[in-house]
Amino acid sequence: MSGAIVMISGPTIKAGGLSDCFMGEVVRLGASQLVGEVIRLERGIATIQVYENTTGLKVGEEVSQTGKLFSVELGPGLLGRIYDGIQRPLGELAEKWGDLIERGAEADGLSKKTLWRFTPVVKPGDKIEYGFTLGTVQESKNILHKIMTPQGVTGEVSHVEEGEFPVDHTVVTLTDGAKLDMRQSWNIRNPRPRAKRLSLTVPALTGQRVIDTLFPIAEGGVAIIPGGFGSGKTMLEQTIAKFALADVVVYIGCGERGNEMADTLEELASLKDPRTGRPLMERTALIANTSNMPVAAREASIYTGVTIAEYYRDMGYNVVVLADSTSRWAEALREISSRLEEIPGEEGYPPYLASRLGAFYERAGRVSIAGREEETGSITIIGAVSPPGGDFSEPVTQSSLRMASTFWGLDSELAYQRHFPAINWHSSYSLTYRSLLKWYEDNVSQDWDETVKKTGQILQREEELYEIVQVIGADALEEKERTSLLAAQLIREGFLRQSAVHPTDSHCSIKRQEKILTLILDYIAAVERAVEQGAQVDDIIESPVTERILRIKEISEEHIEAEIRDVTAVYTASLAELIES
Amino acid sequence: MNDLLTRELRSIESVKGPLLFVKSSSAIAYGGMVSIIMDDGQVREGQIVEASENGAVIQVFGPTERINPEKTTIRFHEEAIKLDLSPLCLGRVFSGSGEPLDGLSAPAPLLRRGVIGSAINPLRRALPRDFLQTGISSIDGLNTLVRGQKLPIFSGAGLPANEIANFIISNAGLGGEDGGFALVFAGMGITFREADFFRKAFESTGAIEHSVVYMNLADDPVIERLLTPRFALTMAEYLAFELEMHTLVVMTDMTHYCNALREISSAMEEIPGRRGYPGYMYTDLAELYERAGKIKGREGSITLVPILTMPDDDITHPIPDLTGYITEGQIVLDRDLFHKGCFPPINPMPSLSRLMNHGIGEGRTREDHRQLADQLYMLYARGIEQRRVASIIGEEGLSAMDRKYLSFAEEFERVYIGQGTLGRSIEETLTTGWRLLNLVPQSELVRIKKEMIEKYRVGEHSDGGAEKEQD
Repeated sequence: MSGAIVMISGPTIKAGGLSDCFMGEVVRLGASQLVGEVIRLERGIATIQVYENTTGLKVGEEVSQTGKLFSVELGPGLLGRIYDGIQRPLGELAEKWGDLIERGAEADGLSKKTLWRFTPVVKPGDKIEYGFTLGTVQESKNILHKIMTPQGVTGEVSHVEEGEFPVDHTVVTLTDGAKLDMRQSWNIRNPRPRAKRLSLTVPALTGQRVIDTLFPIAEGGVAIIPGGFGSGKTMLEQTIAKFALADVVVYIGCGERGNEMADTLEELASLKDPRTGRPLMERTALIANTSNMPVAAREASIYTGVTIAEYYRDMGYNVVVLADSTSRWAEALREISSRLEEIPGEEGYPPYLASRLGAFYERAGRVSIAGREEETGSITIIGAVSPPGGDFSEPVTQSSLRMASTFWGLDSELAYQRHFPAINWHSSYSLTYRSLLKWYEDNVSQDWDETVKKTGQILQREEELYEIVQVIGADALEEKERTSLLAAQLIREGFLRQSAVHPTDSHCSIKRQEKILTLILDYIAAVERAVEQGAQVDDIIESPVTERILRIKEISEEHIEAEIRDVTAVYTASLAELIES
Repeated sequence: MNDLLTRELRSIESVKGPLLFVKSSSAIAYGGMVSIIMDDGQVREGQIVEASENGAVIQVFGPTERINPEKTTIRFHEEAIKLDLSPLCLGRVFSGSGEPLDGLSAPAPLLRRGVIGSAINPLRRALPRDFLQTGISSIDGLNTLVRGQKLPIFSGAGLPANEIANFIISNAGLGGEDGGFALVFAGMGITFREADFFRKAFESTGAIEHSVVYMNLADDPVIERLLTPRFALTMAEYLAFELEMHTLVVMTDMTHYCNALREISSAMEEIPGRRGYPGYMYTDLAELYERAGKIKGREGSITLVPILTMPDDDITHPIPDLTGYITEGQIVLDRDLFHKGCFPPINPMPSLSRLMNHGIGEGRTREDHRQLADQLYMLYARGIEQRRVASIIGEEGLSAMDRKYLSFAEEFERVYIGQGTLGRSIEETLTTGWRLLNLVPQSELVRIKKEMIEKYRVGEHSDGGAEKEQD
């Protein structure tokens, strides 16, 4: 079945003469066999979005139909690899085609060379249907990969093989003759089914204090990170990719910088998971479709990523998806829409921007797994947004806000002062804080709510005083108010500010976060008492113990208790001395 | 499929701005090149930007004046636009469309390559981590440039961006004898005065020997402007990845480039995006900027310094905005600093180098570099804050400490940023920074480790801790 090209305009092509063509069908174009997808059908003319550069393609060249929807290959070997937006492994492309990505390059999503040890779970006579585990493969030391029954397959097992096979080797045969190997394919635009969605009660810890303590995100939740350029979005996404307490991380570099992807790759390859001691790459799948790679593949990249995430969710894992950046995805959508001459909505984005974004973010969640309802898994999506000019009122930020339960607003002012993560504590929020509170009370501290509230009040007080300071100057404030300013500074510098590169400060367990914060709050309370009793705020600011408290965050887990005990004794003594003088 | 090679047509339907709309019934290759032969024998080049069953839209490189639809012939070529490459291009000056401007004949090509360029496989990219000394403290010290980085200069009308670019060029090892460095310069829509400035500068520093220059002047065809940076980058890729040279590419002015893009887009009746710029401008700019970098296993690198003018100093304007989202940071020039007589007037606050951390520290610059930079940033930010407060309540209203921040900011701008036209080595830049830190008590140096302070602090300083002030 084939037709011919009738029009070419950038990545959008029109073809005629296709028979039985359906929406979403994958087609191949021209002599170099470029990959495309049908996105509109109109009076016998199909509009095709092409995933590669169309330069050199000719009117009249052949368009061949595949009869398939746009799908990715799922199976063992997804982790530790890096793909482009349409799941071509970049490593194999480099081997075959060299340093540059050439057009029409082709490579399987899963390598057929690698052998995997398949350990069966089913035995002859077992009845299977969608989602049933057929067997397992140890994909890496910590990831037991479940080979699950693909969609549309039901029946009785007649034969099972055990041993080391490539992914395309038949491991299970059914009585009706159907043969199953270790792969399945899935249309990226179609969410994988789930038995039930569960409420969100467990935090997805990131090791970042401002997030885990003040603006937590739930396992299965959605967070968005809007921020102008230079406010540290990518840095934050990378940090979370490194230190999040997740089983699997899917990192989607969507229309971003090539050098940054190289950086992420190098870091993930060289760093070890602080909990398991295993290389981080073993738990990570990367999608890299940099800004100069074809725009249609950029549009597909976030779906490719989230489909891989759903596949691991269905094995029972907690997966974190980092999408950097959804604005680039939206721009790809806009570019394609404008080539289709659709009527534009706000800022030239197509009117369906919000619904597409919504459908993407709704693929997050904590679920009980289809086919194995007693098991659960989750997908947490953290999406960076790059608002033009840092203006949050633009359509992509606004449409994302509607979907997100957690909002980390990045602030250029903080970034200018080199306060990272530059998450603004006034504009950010977490709608899941209440539902997660019980977890914090059970697992961290009974007084958690009190601690967090107090921290918030101190920061709020600073904001109010700041307006006064703007008018009358800090010198004109009373000692009590200057104490409040000092308190806020201690929290900002000693707790919220976190280095992404310091060996101990870069990630902070929730227990350590609680200890640091409690120490700072205790010190603040002691300072307030001392000032009431006549100590001078200036003397306290300059006291060496203040500096020591600001550096508590650099002390490792095993030494922190001793340091806290010691510093508490020192400040008690030094404050008493300051009251005396 | 050689039928296209010689096929000629005489069926121009309409001419609109730089575009020709041609009727044709046979196969047309998207992106292919055409020659437009006018009745008086003049030939212009063009490129197919839309192809369909009924015909094609052709972008003409050059003016469309005197094109008579009745009497003009279109000749189709097989291939997309290509550039002749040879090491002999070094030392030469070309027009924006690749014609020699220096009166010599075109160098014989060793190689021809398409100017569009393919994306570097992200897996094959080597992370840039070699410090590139510009001689400017506010870049070297605070926002370090590394080889393989793309770092634009955001300028405003009347600000000395060209002088700064020239400063970088003459300090980046290009004037020297070393054959391992090359400069590619792309001028887009610049005035004769600007072109003349750069030409003279290159000649006086000897940089011209190692340079390939492309000049598209303000009165040259708009559409040529879209090709100029692509020529320059194709040449840079050849120098960096085939001849393995460290190549610095300076492109000015990206604002004129983007305006040309808008002009063409509007002639094609495309749906405009923000401020009339086409929706694909991000992708288009990315296709240029992302050609900077390093490739694993190859010696050379492409470092890209695009210069753009922010209309009305507005950093949120689509051109600087989209650029900032693609490049690895930005160097922002500031009108207030310029008016204070500060050269180079680089405002460190909105400036940023994303690859700085990879290029500095022990073995690259010095171990205290990062912490020193953070500390200078923090103090300068505080000083500016106090300047704002003082403008409302007067300097007398500030506390003693706040006044110290204020005077730190003043000195920082005068000495550190405003270094004048003399380049500084990285050691001089670091020492200048340490000297400025003496203006505040040591207890304020919270971003620097104690050991570093002891090891690197220079000059006389009021010892911190129990600082007592008379008021």
